[in-house]
Amino acid sequence: VVLFPGSNCEHDAVEAVRALGGEAEILWHQNPTVNGVDAVIVPGGFAHGDYLRPGAIARFSPVMGAVSAFAAEGGPVVGICNGFQVLTEAGLLPGALQKNAGLKFVCSQTTLRVETTNSVLTSRAAVGDELVIPINHFEGNYTASPDTLAELRADDRIVVRYVDNPNGSADDIAGICNAGRNVVGLMPHPERAISGLLGSTDGVVLLSSLLDAAAARTAAGV
Amino acid sequence: MTFDVTVEVHLRPGIADPQGATIERSLPHLGFDGITGVRVGKLITFTLDAADEASARREVDDMSHRFLTNPVIEDASVRIVAGAGASA
Repeated sequence: VVLFPGSNCEHDAVEAVRALGGEAEILWHQNPTVNGVDAVIVPGGFAHGDYLRPGAIARFSPVMGAVSAFAAEGGPVVGICNGFQVLTEAGLLPGALQKNAGLKFVCSQTTLRVETTNSVLTSRAAVGDELVIPINHFEGNYTASPDTLAELRADDRIVVRYVDNPNGSADDIAGICNAGRNVVGLMPHPERAISGLLGSTDGVVLLSSLLDAAAARTAAGV
Repeated sequence: MTFDVTVEVHLRPGIADPQGATIERSLPHLGFDGITGVRVGKLITFTLDAADEASARREVDDMSHRFLTNPVIEDASVRIVAGAGASA
């Protein structure tokens, strides 16, 4: 779990991974390697204060070179909320996250529909599954050129959509993946939906999928 | 030479601007009528040492594209003026 100055969901992500039986460690952003991990989570928060734009400065942190290299060789990478913004700024995912259309900070439970199971975050889910997962963001309005949107649709790279669009995102997009399907970005927070005490356990199927991808990598001896 | 640089960052035409729209909706409440097309951007100013104006412009264009703007949603216009410390 990558930690930038200003990240604030890294412990939630670490706890969620551990609760689901995985091992987790924090990777400080100045670290130029990913320490041989089997999966990377770029967590939510306000990396580098969101100065200039969310993710604009984080993408130059030394760890991001290592995350890009890890992603390029097929390593599973998931960016959650601010982490999604960082991955778009870093060019690992297309498009951008703009201010919410309603200009409101939105913090609520949302219902997501799983659109593909061919990604490191949804392999355990079923297409059409509706998952209750919280959102908590000001800049989550997914924006991309018409060509990019057409490509995402044609290649089945829209991973989850909002059932009731809370922020103006193009095509109700809540999360997408790269062409290799090993890099996923989404605005909702699955790590905050892993216990009944948190109001939903629907994040379990998503993060368990990621742990499966990590385990597959270990098994393959990569 | 030293150059005073001003980079204006604006949302590309066609990209929704919820801040601009909110300001536009608010203005009539203060009695300012007949205003349309409000857009909100950013102004970034700095001084830059470069051999000449052409190389200053190349450097600023490069940083605008790679860092100061997100080309998916933003454009920049750049103004470069030979600064007070510049030799003629």
